[in-house]
Amino acid sequence: MFDLQDLYQEIIIDHSKRPRNFGALEGANRHAEGDNPLCGDQIEVHLIVEGDTVRDVCFEGRGCAISTASASVMTDTIKGKPVAEVKAMFEQFHRLVMGEEDSGSDVLELDRLGAFAGVRDYPMRVKCATLCWHTMNAALEGQDDPISTE
Amino acid sequence: MNVATEHRPAPRLDLERIQADFPILGEQIYGKRLVFLDSAASAQKPRQVIDAERMVYEREYANIHRGVYYLSQRATDAFEAARETTRAFLNAREAREIVFLRGATEGVNLVAYSWGLDNLKAGDAIVLSTIEHHSNIVPWQLLRDRLGFEIRVAPVDDEGQIDMAAYRGLLDERVKLVAMTHCANSIGTITPIREITRLAKELGAVVLVDGAQAAPHLPIDVREIGCDFYVFSGHKTYGPSGAGALYGRGELLDAMPPWQGGGEMITRVTFEKSRFHEVPHKFEAGTPNIAGTIALGAALDYITGLGHEAIQAHEHDLLDYAMARLGEINSLRVIGTAREKAAIVSFTLGDIHPHDVGTILDREGIAVRVGHHCAQPTMDRFDLPATVRASFGIYNTREDVDALYDGLRKTLEIFA
Repeated sequence: MFDLQDLYQEIIIDHSKRPRNFGALEGANRHAEGDNPLCGDQIEVHLIVEGDTVRDVCFEGRGCAISTASASVMTDTIKGKPVAEVKAMFEQFHRLVMGEEDSGSDVLELDRLGAFAGVRDYPMRVKCATLCWHTMNAALEGQDDPISTE
Repeated sequence: MNVATEHRPAPRLDLERIQADFPILGEQIYGKRLVFLDSAASAQKPRQVIDAERMVYEREYANIHRGVYYLSQRATDAFEAARETTRAFLNAREAREIVFLRGATEGVNLVAYSWGLDNLKAGDAIVLSTIEHHSNIVPWQLLRDRLGFEIRVAPVDDEGQIDMAAYRGLLDERVKLVAMTHCANSIGTITPIREITRLAKELGAVVLVDGAQAAPHLPIDVREIGCDFYVFSGHKTYGPSGAGALYGRGELLDAMPPWQGGGEMITRVTFEKSRFHEVPHKFEAGTPNIAGTIALGAALDYITGLGHEAIQAHEHDLLDYAMARLGEINSLRVIGTAREKAAIVSFTLGDIHPHDVGTILDREGIAVRVGHHCAQPTMDRFDLPATVRASFGIYNTREDVDALYDGLRKTLEIFA
Protein backbone atom coordinates (compact mmCIF):
# COMPACT_ATOMS: atom_id res chain seq x y z
CA MET A 1 0.00 0.00 0.00
CA PHE A 2 1.54 3.28 -1.03
CA ASP A 3 0.86 6.56 0.59
CA LEU A 4 0.20 9.96 -0.91
CA GLN A 5 3.16 11.28 1.05
CA ASP A 6 5.40 9.03 -1.04
CA LEU A 7 4.41 11.06 -4.05
CA TYR A 8 3.91 14.50 -2.57
CA GLN A 9 7.04 14.59 -0.43
CA GLU A 10 7.96 17.81 1.28
CA ILE A 11 10.79 18.49 -1.15
CA ILE A 12 8.40 18.11 -4.09
CA ILE A 13 5.79 20.42 -2.59
CA ASP A 14 8.54 22.93 -1.75
CA HIS A 15 10.05 22.94 -5.24
CA SER A 16 6.61 23.09 -6.88
CA LYS A 17 5.67 26.18 -4.90
CA ARG A 18 9.05 27.86 -5.09
CA PRO A 19 10.70 26.58 -8.26
CA ARG A 20 14.46 27.22 -8.47
CA ASN A 21 16.14 28.46 -11.64
CA PHE A 22 12.79 29.63 -12.98
CA GLY A 23 12.82 32.19 -15.78
CA ALA A 24 14.71 33.19 -18.88
CA LEU A 25 18.48 32.68 -19.07
CA GLU A 26 20.70 35.41 -20.43
CA GLY A 27 23.28 34.07 -22.87
CA ALA A 28 21.64 30.65 -23.25
CA ASN A 29 23.05 28.71 -26.20
CA ARG A 30 20.77 25.66 -26.03
CA HIS A 31 17.02 25.66 -25.88
CA ALA A 32 14.10 23.23 -26.25
CA GLU A 33 10.36 23.15 -25.62
CA GLY A 34 8.25 20.44 -24.05
CA ASP A 35 4.48 20.22 -24.34
CA ASN A 36 2.03 17.70 -22.89
CA PRO A 37 -1.18 19.11 -24.34
CA LEU A 38 -3.48 16.57 -22.68
CA CYS A 39 -2.19 17.67 -19.26
CA GLY A 40 -1.64 21.26 -20.23
CA ASP A 41 1.98 21.03 -19.05
CA GLN A 42 4.33 23.31 -20.98
CA ILE A 43 8.02 23.85 -20.37
CA GLU A 44 10.98 25.59 -21.94
CA VAL A 45 14.50 24.65 -20.90
CA HIS A 46 17.40 27.07 -21.50
CA LEU A 47 21.01 25.96 -21.13
CA ILE A 48 24.45 27.48 -21.30
CA VAL A 49 26.79 24.72 -22.36
CA GLU A 50 30.50 25.56 -22.29
CA GLY A 51 32.73 22.89 -23.70
CA ASP A 52 31.58 19.66 -22.07
CA THR A 53 29.87 21.28 -19.11
CA VAL A 54 26.37 22.53 -18.36
CA ARG A 55 27.40 25.92 -17.01
CA ASP A 56 23.88 27.16 -16.27
CA VAL A 57 20.27 26.08 -16.76
CA CYS A 58 16.84 27.66 -16.29
CA PHE A 59 13.28 26.70 -17.11
CA GLU A 60 9.98 28.43 -17.76
CA GLY A 61 6.43 27.23 -18.20
CA ARG A 62 3.51 25.90 -16.26
CA GLY A 63 2.47 22.50 -15.08
CA CYS A 64 1.43 20.31 -12.18
CA ALA A 65 3.36 20.01 -8.94
CA ILE A 66 5.20 16.92 -10.11
CA SER A 67 6.37 18.43 -13.40
CA THR A 68 7.31 21.79 -11.86
CA ALA A 69 9.17 20.22 -8.96
CA SER A 70 10.93 17.80 -11.28
CA ALA A 71 12.15 20.65 -13.47
CA SER A 72 13.25 22.65 -10.45
CA VAL A 73 15.20 19.77 -8.90
CA MET A 74 16.63 18.81 -12.27
CA THR A 75 18.03 22.27 -12.92
CA ASP A 76 19.52 22.41 -9.44
CA THR A 77 21.08 19.01 -9.90
CA ILE A 78 22.62 19.29 -13.35
CA LYS A 79 24.01 22.79 -13.03
CA GLY A 80 27.79 22.68 -13.33
CA LYS A 81 27.86 18.99 -14.27
CA PRO A 82 29.61 17.50 -17.33
CA VAL A 83 27.23 16.83 -20.21
CA ALA A 84 28.05 13.11 -20.18
CA GLU A 85 27.12 12.87 -16.51
CA VAL A 86 23.90 14.79 -17.09
CA LYS A 87 22.94 12.34 -19.82
CA ALA A 88 23.66 9.42 -17.53
CA MET A 89 21.48 11.06 -14.86
CA PHE A 90 18.66 11.37 -17.37
CA GLU A 91 18.84 7.66 -18.11
CA GLN A 92 18.91 6.78 -14.43
CA PHE A 93 16.11 9.18 -13.51
CA HIS A 94 13.98 7.60 -16.18
CA ARG A 95 14.64 4.14 -14.80
CA LEU A 96 13.94 5.42 -11.28
CA VAL A 97 10.45 6.73 -12.05
CA MET A 98 9.69 3.68 -14.17
CA GLY A 99 10.50 1.54 -11.15
CA GLU A 100 13.54 0.01 -12.81
CA GLU A 101 16.13 1.59 -10.51
CA ASP A 102 16.50 1.27 -6.79
CA SER A 103 15.91 4.62 -5.13
CA GLY A 104 18.78 3.72 -2.76
CA SER A 105 21.21 3.73 -5.67
CA ASP A 106 24.03 6.15 -5.02
CA VAL A 107 25.13 6.46 -8.62
CA LEU A 108 22.97 9.53 -8.99
CA GLU A 109 23.46 11.48 -5.79
CA LEU A 110 19.88 10.49 -5.36
CA ASP A 111 19.26 12.56 -2.28
CA ARG A 112 16.93 14.87 -4.13
CA LEU A 113 16.15 13.04 -7.35
CA GLY A 114 15.27 10.04 -5.20
CA ALA A 115 12.27 11.97 -3.96
CA PHE A 116 10.65 11.17 -7.29
CA ALA A 117 10.81 7.42 -6.74
CA GLY A 118 7.19 7.55 -5.52
CA VAL A 119 6.08 8.41 -9.05
CA ARG A 120 6.56 4.74 -9.98
CA ASP A 121 3.31 3.94 -8.13
CA TYR A 122 1.43 6.47 -10.24
CA PRO A 123 1.92 5.33 -13.84
CA MET A 124 -0.21 8.17 -15.20
CA ARG A 125 2.12 10.72 -13.61
CA VAL A 126 5.42 9.39 -14.99
CA LYS A 127 5.02 11.64 -18.01
CA CYS A 128 4.82 14.65 -15.67
CA ALA A 129 8.12 13.86 -13.94
CA THR A 130 10.01 13.09 -17.15
CA LEU A 131 8.88 15.95 -19.41
CA CYS A 132 11.59 18.35 -18.22
CA TRP A 133 14.34 15.72 -18.56
CA HIS A 134 13.33 14.81 -22.11
CA THR A 135 13.15 18.51 -22.96
CA MET A 136 16.57 19.20 -21.42
CA ASN A 137 18.01 16.23 -23.32
CA ALA A 138 16.50 17.55 -26.56
CA ALA A 139 18.18 20.91 -25.89
CA LEU A 140 21.52 19.18 -25.44
CA GLU A 141 20.97 17.24 -28.66
CA GLY A 142 19.95 20.37 -30.54
CA GLN A 143 16.50 19.01 -31.48
CA ASP A 144 14.10 21.61 -32.86
CA ASP A 145 10.78 19.81 -32.55
CA PRO A 146 8.85 20.23 -29.28
CA ILE A 147 9.06 17.24 -26.96
CA SER A 148 6.08 15.39 -25.53
CA THR A 149 5.93 12.51 -23.08
CA GLU A 150 2.22 11.81 -23.58
CA MET B 1 -45.85 24.13 -14.31
CA ASN B 2 -49.59 23.50 -14.11
CA VAL B 3 -51.76 23.49 -11.00
CA ALA B 4 -51.89 19.71 -10.75
CA THR B 5 -48.13 19.33 -10.48
CA GLU B 6 -47.81 22.16 -7.97
CA HIS B 7 -49.94 20.33 -5.44
CA ARG B 8 -48.48 16.86 -5.56
CA PRO B 9 -45.15 16.19 -3.90
CA ALA B 10 -42.12 16.24 -6.17
CA PRO B 11 -41.23 12.69 -7.18
CA ARG B 12 -38.14 11.40 -5.46
CA LEU B 13 -35.56 8.83 -6.42
CA ASP B 14 -35.23 5.78 -4.21
CA LEU B 15 -31.48 6.22 -3.80
CA GLU B 16 -30.88 3.06 -1.81
CA ARG B 17 -32.52 0.97 -4.46
CA ILE B 18 -30.67 2.76 -7.25
CA GLN B 19 -27.31 2.30 -5.55
CA ALA B 20 -28.07 -1.38 -5.08
CA ASP B 21 -28.73 -1.57 -8.82
CA PHE B 22 -25.15 -0.52 -9.66
CA PRO B 23 -22.79 -3.36 -8.70
CA ILE B 24 -19.63 -1.27 -9.18
CA LEU B 25 -20.64 1.06 -6.35
CA GLY B 26 -19.82 -1.80 -3.98
CA GLU B 27 -16.17 -1.71 -5.06
CA GLN B 28 -13.47 -0.49 -2.71
CA ILE B 29 -10.79 1.83 -4.11
CA TYR B 30 -7.56 1.74 -2.08
CA GLY B 31 -9.71 0.33 0.71
CA LYS B 32 -12.15 3.22 0.51
CA ARG B 33 -15.72 3.51 -0.68
CA LEU B 34 -15.90 4.39 -4.37
CA VAL B 35 -17.20 7.91 -4.85
CA PHE B 36 -17.80 8.08 -8.58
CA LEU B 37 -18.04 11.67 -9.81
CA ASP B 38 -17.18 11.16 -13.46
CA SER B 39 -20.48 10.19 -15.02
CA ALA B 40 -20.13 12.97 -17.58
CA ALA B 41 -17.19 11.05 -19.07
CA SER B 42 -19.00 7.73 -18.87
CA ALA B 43 -21.71 6.59 -16.49
CA GLN B 44 -21.76 3.33 -14.54
CA LYS B 45 -24.18 0.56 -15.48
CA PRO B 46 -27.12 -0.82 -13.53
CA ARG B 47 -27.62 -4.56 -13.20
CA GLN B 48 -30.65 -4.27 -15.51
CA VAL B 49 -28.35 -3.18 -18.36
CA ILE B 50 -25.65 -5.73 -17.57
CA ASP B 51 -28.28 -8.46 -17.37
CA ALA B 52 -29.88 -7.37 -20.63
CA GLU B 53 -26.58 -7.65 -22.47
CA ARG B 54 -25.72 -10.99 -20.87
CA MET B 55 -29.21 -12.27 -21.58
CA VAL B 56 -28.75 -11.61 -25.29
CA TYR B 57 -25.57 -13.70 -25.40
CA GLU B 58 -27.00 -16.45 -23.21
CA ARG B 59 -30.47 -16.76 -24.65
CA GLU B 60 -31.12 -15.00 -27.92
CA TYR B 61 -27.95 -14.18 -29.82
CA ALA B 62 -27.72 -14.49 -33.59
CA ASN B 63 -27.07 -12.05 -36.40
CA ILE B 64 -30.03 -9.84 -37.15
CA HIS B 65 -32.07 -9.06 -40.25
CA ARG B 66 -30.71 -12.14 -42.06
CA GLY B 67 -31.50 -15.54 -40.68
CA VAL B 68 -34.70 -17.43 -41.29
CA TYR B 69 -34.32 -19.29 -38.04
CA TYR B 70 -35.87 -18.67 -34.65
CA LEU B 71 -32.91 -17.13 -32.84
CA SER B 72 -32.18 -14.66 -35.58
CA GLN B 73 -35.77 -13.52 -35.56
CA ARG B 74 -35.73 -13.18 -31.81
CA ALA B 75 -32.51 -11.12 -31.84
CA THR B 76 -33.93 -8.99 -34.66
CA ASP B 77 -37.11 -8.37 -32.69
CA ALA B 78 -35.13 -7.34 -29.61
CA PHE B 79 -32.90 -5.04 -31.68
CA GLU B 80 -35.91 -3.40 -33.33
CA ALA B 81 -37.64 -3.11 -29.96
CA ALA B 82 -34.62 -1.07 -28.80
CA ARG B 83 -35.21 1.18 -31.80
CA GLU B 84 -38.79 1.76 -30.73
CA THR B 85 -37.61 2.42 -27.16
CA THR B 86 -35.13 4.99 -28.48
CA ARG B 87 -37.80 6.59 -30.65
CA ALA B 88 -40.01 7.02 -27.61
CA PHE B 89 -37.07 8.30 -25.52
CA LEU B 90 -36.48 11.09 -28.04
CA ASN B 91 -40.17 11.43 -28.99
CA ALA B 92 -39.31 11.00 -32.66
CA ARG B 93 -42.19 10.52 -35.07
CA GLU B 94 -41.10 7.18 -36.51
CA ALA B 95 -38.76 4.39 -35.42
CA ARG B 96 -37.07 4.50 -38.83
CA GLU B 97 -35.74 7.94 -37.89
CA ILE B 98 -33.45 6.24 -35.35
CA VAL B 99 -30.08 5.07 -36.71
CA PHE B 100 -28.01 2.92 -34.37
CA LEU B 101 -24.31 3.74 -34.26
CA ARG B 102 -21.35 3.53 -31.91
CA GLY B 103 -22.27 6.80 -30.25
CA ALA B 104 -22.64 10.55 -30.57
CA THR B 105 -19.25 10.98 -32.26
CA GLU B 106 -20.16 8.56 -35.01
CA GLY B 107 -23.52 10.31 -35.38
CA VAL B 108 -21.86 13.68 -36.00
CA ASN B 109 -19.48 12.06 -38.48
CA LEU B 110 -22.35 10.39 -40.31
CA VAL B 111 -24.15 13.69 -40.72
CA ALA B 112 -20.92 15.42 -41.78
CA TYR B 113 -19.99 12.88 -44.42
CA SER B 114 -23.46 11.99 -45.70
CA TRP B 115 -25.47 15.20 -45.43
CA GLY B 116 -22.49 17.57 -45.25
CA LEU B 117 -20.58 16.34 -48.31
CA ASP B 118 -23.71 16.73 -50.41
CA ASN B 119 -24.97 20.01 -49.02
CA LEU B 120 -22.01 22.16 -47.97
CA LYS B 121 -19.68 23.99 -50.32
CA ALA B 122 -17.28 26.92 -50.49
CA GLY B 123 -19.14 30.14 -49.70
CA ASP B 124 -21.41 28.42 -47.17
CA ALA B 125 -21.06 28.77 -43.42
CA ILE B 126 -21.86 26.60 -40.43
CA VAL B 127 -22.28 27.70 -36.82
CA LEU B 128 -20.87 25.89 -33.78
CA SER B 129 -20.40 27.22 -30.25
CA THR B 130 -17.40 27.77 -28.01
CA ILE B 131 -18.54 25.09 -25.57
CA GLU B 132 -18.71 22.19 -28.00
CA HIS B 133 -17.06 18.86 -27.31
CA HIS B 134 -14.23 18.13 -29.75
CA SER B 135 -16.51 15.55 -31.38
CA ASN B 136 -18.74 18.37 -32.63
CA ILE B 137 -15.79 20.46 -33.82
CA VAL B 138 -13.23 18.21 -35.45
CA PRO B 139 -15.52 16.39 -37.94
CA TRP B 140 -16.59 19.81 -39.27
CA GLN B 141 -12.99 21.03 -39.51
CA LEU B 142 -12.03 17.94 -41.49
CA LEU B 143 -14.93 18.58 -43.85
CA ARG B 144 -14.19 22.31 -44.02
CA ASP B 145 -10.66 21.53 -45.15
CA ARG B 146 -12.08 19.49 -48.04
CA LEU B 147 -15.00 21.71 -49.03
CA GLY B 148 -13.91 25.21 -48.05
CA PHE B 149 -16.95 26.42 -46.13
CA GLU B 150 -16.64 28.77 -43.18
CA ILE B 151 -16.94 27.76 -39.51
CA ARG B 152 -18.47 30.42 -37.26
CA VAL B 153 -18.39 30.12 -33.49
CA ALA B 154 -21.12 31.40 -31.18
CA PRO B 155 -19.36 32.74 -28.08
CA VAL B 156 -20.36 32.29 -24.44
CA ASP B 157 -20.53 34.87 -21.67
CA ASP B 158 -18.56 34.70 -18.42
CA GLU B 159 -21.17 32.36 -16.94
CA GLY B 160 -20.65 29.95 -19.82
CA GLN B 161 -24.00 30.70 -21.49
CA ILE B 162 -24.40 31.09 -25.23
CA ASP B 163 -24.36 34.79 -26.11
CA MET B 164 -27.65 34.78 -27.98
CA ALA B 165 -27.22 38.27 -29.43
CA ALA B 166 -23.87 37.23 -30.86
CA TYR B 167 -25.40 34.00 -32.13
CA ARG B 168 -28.13 35.92 -33.96
CA GLY B 169 -25.42 38.09 -35.46
CA LEU B 170 -23.75 35.03 -36.96
CA LEU B 171 -26.88 33.89 -38.74
CA ASP B 172 -27.29 34.95 -42.35
CA GLU B 173 -28.33 33.36 -45.61
CA ARG B 174 -24.91 31.71 -45.98
CA VAL B 175 -25.46 29.57 -42.90
CA LYS B 176 -26.53 26.08 -43.96
CA LEU B 177 -26.02 24.24 -40.68
CA VAL B 178 -26.05 24.93 -36.97
CA ALA B 179 -24.43 22.16 -34.91
CA MET B 180 -24.72 22.81 -31.22
CA THR B 181 -24.64 21.08 -27.88
CA HIS B 182 -27.74 20.63 -25.75
CA CYS B 183 -25.60 20.41 -22.61
CA ALA B 184 -21.89 21.26 -22.38
CA ASN B 185 -19.89 18.33 -21.04
CA SER B 186 -17.08 20.52 -19.70
CA ILE B 187 -19.03 23.05 -17.64
CA GLY B 188 -22.63 21.80 -17.59
CA THR B 189 -24.36 24.66 -19.42
CA ILE B 190 -27.78 23.68 -20.77
CA THR B 191 -28.27 25.68 -23.95
CA PRO B 192 -31.59 27.25 -25.05
CA ILE B 193 -31.68 24.70 -27.81
CA ARG B 194 -35.29 25.36 -28.88
CA GLU B 195 -34.57 29.03 -29.46
CA ILE B 196 -31.22 28.27 -31.11
CA THR B 197 -33.01 25.86 -33.43
CA ARG B 198 -35.92 28.20 -34.14
CA LEU B 199 -33.61 31.03 -35.19
CA ALA B 200 -31.62 28.71 -37.45
CA LYS B 201 -34.73 27.24 -39.04
CA GLU B 202 -36.04 30.72 -39.84
CA LEU B 203 -33.13 30.92 -42.25
CA GLY B 204 -33.68 27.44 -43.56
CA ALA B 205 -30.52 26.05 -41.96
CA VAL B 206 -30.31 22.43 -40.87
CA VAL B 207 -29.81 21.90 -37.13
CA LEU B 208 -27.82 19.12 -35.47
CA VAL B 209 -27.96 18.84 -31.69
CA ASP B 210 -25.22 17.06 -29.73
CA GLY B 211 -27.21 15.46 -26.94
CA ALA B 212 -24.48 13.24 -25.52
CA GLN B 213 -24.48 15.07 -22.21
CA ALA B 214 -28.17 16.00 -22.17
CA ALA B 215 -29.56 12.50 -22.62
CA PRO B 216 -28.79 11.26 -19.06
CA HIS B 217 -30.07 14.46 -17.44
CA LEU B 218 -32.97 15.93 -19.42
CA PRO B 219 -36.19 14.83 -21.04
CA ILE B 220 -35.65 15.07 -24.79
CA ASP B 221 -38.29 15.85 -27.38
CA VAL B 222 -36.79 16.24 -30.82
CA ARG B 223 -40.08 17.43 -32.27
CA GLU B 224 -40.48 20.10 -29.65
CA ILE B 225 -36.88 21.21 -30.21
CA GLY B 226 -37.54 21.18 -33.93
CA CYS B 227 -34.05 19.95 -34.83
CA ASP B 228 -33.15 17.87 -37.87
CA PHE B 229 -30.56 15.66 -36.20
CA TYR B 230 -29.96 14.67 -32.59
CA VAL B 231 -27.13 12.40 -31.44
CA PHE B 232 -26.39 10.70 -28.14
CA SER B 233 -24.24 7.92 -26.67
CA GLY B 234 -25.39 4.90 -24.72
CA HIS B 235 -22.44 4.89 -22.37
CA LYS B 236 -23.33 8.25 -20.85
CA THR B 237 -26.95 7.17 -20.34
CA TYR B 238 -26.06 4.23 -18.06
CA GLY B 239 -25.88 1.94 -21.10
CA PRO B 240 -23.04 0.10 -22.83
CA SER B 241 -20.13 1.76 -24.57
CA GLY B 242 -20.09 1.40 -28.34
CA ALA B 243 -23.85 1.78 -28.69
CA GLY B 244 -25.62 5.03 -29.45
CA ALA B 245 -28.07 6.62 -31.79
CA LEU B 246 -28.64 9.32 -34.36
CA TYR B 247 -32.10 10.76 -34.80
CA GLY B 248 -32.63 12.22 -38.24
CA ARG B 249 -35.79 13.74 -39.66
CA GLY B 250 -37.22 11.11 -42.02
CA GLU B 251 -37.27 13.23 -45.20
CA LEU B 252 -33.66 14.25 -44.67
CA LEU B 253 -32.46 10.71 -44.01
CA ASP B 254 -34.34 9.51 -47.12
CA ALA B 255 -32.58 12.08 -49.27
CA MET B 256 -29.09 11.46 -47.86
CA PRO B 257 -26.63 9.09 -49.52
CA PRO B 258 -25.25 6.13 -47.58
CA TRP B 259 -22.18 6.85 -45.49
CA GLN B 260 -20.54 3.47 -45.05
CA GLY B 261 -21.12 0.65 -47.49
CA GLY B 262 -21.35 -3.00 -46.66
CA GLY B 263 -23.75 -5.74 -45.74
CA GLU B 264 -27.12 -4.96 -44.17
CA MET B 265 -27.44 -1.62 -45.98
CA ILE B 266 -28.19 -3.01 -49.47
CA THR B 267 -31.04 -4.79 -51.22
CA ARG B 268 -29.24 -5.89 -54.39
CA VAL B 269 -25.53 -5.91 -55.26
CA THR B 270 -23.92 -6.49 -58.63
CA PHE B 271 -20.54 -5.28 -59.77
CA GLU B 272 -22.26 -2.70 -61.93
CA LYS B 273 -24.46 -1.20 -59.25
CA SER B 274 -25.91 -1.69 -55.80
CA ARG B 275 -29.35 -0.77 -54.58
CA PHE B 276 -29.57 0.51 -51.07
CA HIS B 277 -31.87 -0.47 -48.30
CA GLU B 278 -34.46 1.85 -46.81
CA VAL B 279 -33.75 4.15 -43.88
CA PRO B 280 -32.52 3.42 -41.24
CA HIS B 281 -30.80 0.27 -42.56
CA LYS B 282 -29.17 2.32 -45.32
CA PHE B 283 -26.98 3.81 -42.58
CA GLU B 284 -26.29 0.62 -40.64
CA ALA B 285 -23.65 -1.14 -42.73
CA GLY B 286 -22.17 -4.28 -41.24
CA THR B 287 -23.18 -6.28 -38.21
CA PRO B 288 -23.94 -3.74 -35.50
CA ASN B 289 -23.36 -3.91 -31.74
CA ILE B 290 -26.39 -6.17 -31.37
CA ALA B 291 -26.23 -6.99 -27.66
CA GLY B 292 -25.02 -3.51 -26.75
CA THR B 293 -27.86 -1.85 -28.63
CA ILE B 294 -30.44 -4.10 -27.00
CA ALA B 295 -28.88 -3.20 -23.63
CA LEU B 296 -29.03 0.48 -24.61
CA GLY B 297 -32.79 -0.02 -24.83
CA ALA B 298 -32.70 -1.44 -21.30
CA ALA B 299 -30.75 1.63 -20.11
CA LEU B 300 -33.31 4.01 -21.60
CA ASP B 301 -36.09 1.95 -20.00
CA TYR B 302 -34.26 2.28 -16.69
CA ILE B 303 -34.07 6.08 -16.98
CA THR B 304 -37.68 6.33 -18.09
CA GLY B 305 -38.71 4.06 -15.22
CA LEU B 306 -37.12 6.41 -12.69
CA GLY B 307 -38.77 9.38 -14.35
CA HIS B 308 -37.14 12.50 -15.68
CA GLU B 309 -38.88 14.70 -13.17
CA ALA B 310 -37.43 12.75 -10.24
CA ILE B 311 -33.99 12.59 -11.87
CA GLN B 312 -33.95 16.33 -12.42
CA ALA B 313 -35.13 17.07 -8.89
CA HIS B 314 -32.39 14.85 -7.49
CA GLU B 315 -29.66 16.31 -9.68
CA HIS B 316 -30.75 19.88 -8.96
CA ASP B 317 -30.53 19.11 -5.26
CA LEU B 318 -27.04 17.64 -5.68
CA LEU B 319 -25.91 20.60 -7.77
CA ASP B 320 -27.23 23.13 -5.25
CA TYR B 321 -25.66 21.23 -2.38
CA ALA B 322 -22.33 20.88 -4.21
CA MET B 323 -22.25 24.58 -5.09
CA ALA B 324 -22.96 25.47 -1.46
CA ARG B 325 -20.37 23.10 0.04
CA LEU B 326 -17.66 23.89 -2.50
CA GLY B 327 -18.49 27.56 -1.99
CA GLU B 328 -17.15 27.18 1.56
CA ILE B 329 -13.65 26.77 0.10
CA ASN B 330 -12.28 30.25 -0.54
CA SER B 331 -9.70 29.33 -3.13
CA LEU B 332 -12.15 27.27 -5.17
CA ARG B 333 -13.41 28.87 -8.38
CA VAL B 334 -16.30 27.32 -10.28
CA ILE B 335 -16.08 27.58 -14.06
CA GLY B 336 -19.51 27.69 -15.66
CA THR B 337 -22.32 29.17 -13.62
CA ALA B 338 -25.12 29.20 -16.16
CA ARG B 339 -28.65 29.63 -14.85
CA GLU B 340 -29.63 26.44 -16.69
CA LYS B 341 -27.06 23.87 -15.78
CA ALA B 342 -26.72 20.12 -15.39
CA ALA B 343 -25.14 18.56 -12.29
CA ILE B 344 -21.61 19.14 -13.53
CA VAL B 345 -19.21 21.29 -11.51
CA SER B 346 -15.96 22.29 -13.18
CA PHE B 347 -13.52 24.12 -10.92
CA THR B 348 -10.01 25.13 -10.06
CA LEU B 349 -8.51 24.99 -6.56
CA GLY B 350 -6.20 27.91 -5.92
CA ASP B 351 -3.10 27.48 -8.03
CA ILE B 352 -2.97 23.73 -7.43
CA HIS B 353 -2.84 21.96 -10.77
CA PRO B 354 -5.96 19.86 -11.52
CA HIS B 355 -3.84 16.75 -12.04
CA ASP B 356 -2.51 17.00 -8.50
CA VAL B 357 -6.05 17.47 -7.19
CA GLY B 358 -7.20 14.44 -9.17
CA THR B 359 -4.38 12.23 -7.90
CA ILE B 360 -5.03 13.15 -4.27
CA LEU B 361 -8.80 12.67 -4.61
CA ASP B 362 -8.17 9.31 -6.28
CA ARG B 363 -6.37 8.07 -3.17
CA GLU B 364 -9.54 8.92 -1.24
CA GLY B 365 -11.58 6.72 -3.57
CA ILE B 366 -13.01 9.75 -5.38
CA ALA B 367 -13.04 9.58 -9.18
CA VAL B 368 -13.12 12.98 -10.87
CA ARG B 369 -12.03 14.04 -14.31
CA VAL B 370 -9.12 16.43 -14.64
CA GLY B 371 -7.88 18.05 -17.82
CA HIS B 372 -9.57 19.82 -20.69
CA HIS B 373 -12.55 17.44 -20.95
CA CYS B 374 -12.25 17.19 -24.74
CA ALA B 375 -13.24 20.84 -24.89
CA GLN B 376 -10.03 22.83 -25.35
CA PRO B 377 -11.79 25.88 -26.86
CA THR B 378 -13.88 26.08 -23.67
CA MET B 379 -10.71 25.99 -21.54
CA ASP B 380 -9.18 28.68 -23.78
CA ARG B 381 -12.30 30.84 -23.32
CA PHE B 382 -11.73 30.84 -19.57
CA ASP B 383 -7.95 31.03 -20.03
CA LEU B 384 -7.28 27.78 -18.21
CA PRO B 385 -5.20 24.76 -19.25
CA ALA B 386 -7.44 22.40 -17.31
CA THR B 387 -10.07 22.10 -14.59
CA VAL B 388 -11.22 19.52 -12.09
CA ARG B 389 -14.69 18.30 -13.00
CA ALA B 390 -17.11 16.58 -10.64
CA SER B 391 -20.16 15.30 -12.48
CA PHE B 392 -23.14 13.73 -10.78
CA GLY B 393 -25.57 11.04 -11.79
CA ILE B 394 -28.64 9.29 -10.47
CA TYR B 395 -26.63 7.21 -7.99
CA ASN B 396 -24.76 10.08 -6.33
CA THR B 397 -25.69 11.41 -2.90
CA ARG B 398 -25.00 14.37 -0.66
CA GLU B 399 -22.50 12.10 1.14
CA ASP B 400 -20.54 11.95 -2.13
CA VAL B 401 -20.43 15.76 -2.16
CA ASP B 402 -19.21 15.72 1.45
CA ALA B 403 -16.50 13.21 0.51
CA LEU B 404 -15.41 15.53 -2.30
CA TYR B 405 -15.32 18.46 0.10
CA ASP B 406 -13.17 16.51 2.58
CA GLY B 407 -10.86 15.37 -0.22
CA LEU B 408 -10.37 18.94 -1.37
CA ARG B 409 -9.59 20.04 2.21
CA LYS B 410 -6.97 17.30 2.36
CA THR B 411 -5.53 18.49 -0.96
CA LEU B 412 -5.25 22.00 0.45
CA GLU B 413 -3.49 20.65 3.55
CA ILE B 414 -0.91 18.79 1.47
CA PHE B 415 -0.20 21.95 -0.51
CA ALA B 416 -0.44 24.27 2.50
